[in-house]
Amino acid sequence: MKFDVKTCRIISKQNIAADTYDFTLFADKLAQLAQPGQFVHIQVPGKTLRRPISICDADKENGTLRIVFQIRGEGTEILSRLKPDDTMNILAPLGHGYEIKDTAKKVLLAGGGIGVPPLLYLAKQYGANATVLLGFRSKDFVILEQDFLQAGCRVIVATDDGTYGHHGMVTDCIDGLAFEEMFACGPEPMLKALAQVANRRGTPLQVSLEERMACGVGACLGCACKTKREETQDETYSHVCKDGPVFDYRKIVF
Amino acid sequence: MADLRVTVAGVDFSNPLIAASGTFGFGREYNEFYSLSVLGGISSKGITLKERLGNPPPRIAEAPGCMLNAIGLQNPGVDYFIQHDLPWLKQQGTVVIANIAGNTPEEYCAMAEKLSHTDVDMLEMNISCPNVKEGGVQFGTSCMGVEQITAAVRRHCTKPLMVKLSPNVTDIGDIAAAAEAGGADAISMINTLTGMRIDIQTRRPIIRNNTGGVSGPSLLPIAVRMIWQAYQRVKIPIVGMGGISSWKDAVELMLAGSTALQIGTVFFSNPYAPIEITEGLNRYLDENGIASVTELTGQMIPWEN
Repeated sequence: MKFDVKTCRIISKQNIAADTYDFTLFADKLAQLAQPGQFVHIQVPGKTLRRPISICDADKENGTLRIVFQIRGEGTEILSRLKPDDTMNILAPLGHGYEIKDTAKKVLLAGGGIGVPPLLYLAKQYGANATVLLGFRSKDFVILEQDFLQAGCRVIVATDDGTYGHHGMVTDCIDGLAFEEMFACGPEPMLKALAQVANRRGTPLQVSLEERMACGVGACLGCACKTKREETQDETYSHVCKDGPVFDYRKIVF
Repeated sequence: MADLRVTVAGVDFSNPLIAASGTFGFGREYNEFYSLSVLGGISSKGITLKERLGNPPPRIAEAPGCMLNAIGLQNPGVDYFIQHDLPWLKQQGTVVIANIAGNTPEEYCAMAEKLSHTDVDMLEMNISCPNVKEGGVQFGTSCMGVEQITAAVRRHCTKPLMVKLSPNVTDIGDIAAAAEAGGADAISMINTLTGMRIDIQTRRPIIRNNTGGVSGPSLLPIAVRMIWQAYQRVKIPIVGMGGISSWKDAVELMLAGSTALQIGTVFFSNPYAPIEITEGLNRYLDENGIASVTELTGQMIPWEN
């Protein structure tokens, strides 16, 4: 079994920043299957489509999954009203996550806004070898800084308006940092800027993408993103749910 | 245990539930959940003569009780299907239907000919795809178009031929009759209704193709009505679809005139839907003392007005 459907009890819920919610679910065996960068596809009462939410953390021993999401529309608004002891019907763990080769290497993790959560489970694999750059709109939206510090990572926060940490972009903070590989999740302009850094430095970069999604398993071909074929470099469409959400940046046509 | 077996155009199905084209790929993904033999059949993702990349994203939007899609027939082409997907599908213990879509009548005929030389069980001719610029629905919205293309493909097809009808027409009964006159062995209906959603901040359509095909639970009453209307006009079997999300919906579409059924959008919220619907159907039949599911077809009792 790679993934399955399960009705999970909500163990805890916290409103951790503006419109941002942190849920822990009892997912039993599905938590043991989860890899960093994968996602859960959540049924929303009254909605035709599930909502894809990245896995923020997994506790294999206790069988729990942690998800952190922001209210973006009606679906996430309905999910945000659920309470501990309510249930969430999830289809998980889905997608191709971050490929982890050597955790003894120094790595850079860069997250923007609600792209930050999927990096936590990844950061925990690297601990002190990870430098984590977190970018947010403003102080009110800063999330998970303490969690990354607890994982032993070096953490640098930037805000667009300068209300917390560095005033500017996460990509401003890269010069002078030493690392052999990069991992990212966030808005497209951030991913594009990181791709330039990767090109300049010749560093591998894995990026996590987002797209409107239906089936979540690669059957309906709804969540298309433009990519290059490996052999010919011709442009084609891959699918975020099955081929991704994490891709080698060289495959992506930004 | 009631008898769930049905026969459509001489092809036997172990139960009336068929995975609808475009919602189930070529079966491999849902085979992760269960054996595909739980389904009576599978209608493949729409296949074209040459590979198609499909439409640019976003391809998906949601609306109350339904969703919109404009995938644009992304598929690897008929030759790839015959080589790589068909042999695997044929080993899964379910009926395999190849759904074909063309830009021109010649393309439909060429595909029908190629597939007639394989062990595929049945062809479903998609003359109702609303999401491609050429072909697709343009053949499916006039009676003459439907009859001519059905007759043309019929001449090149030695397999049972099912024609998938568009609901985006004025009189579905006339269209169904045209498919029958053209030589179709069965009709499947309804494909998606054309719809549109707009992002009120950017004033852009949410779907990059501007319009998309609407599917999901809210289509059920439209499908029931159209199947009933078509059932009164044709003798060939109807494979009914549109908004089925529970066994009760399945019973409704059977009563309206369906011999078999297709389910699609429900997979996205509930991958296990075919198992649950089959169990529910079975219970309903047993509780009502009905020996065979075939006894439901067209057995609605309309009011005399």
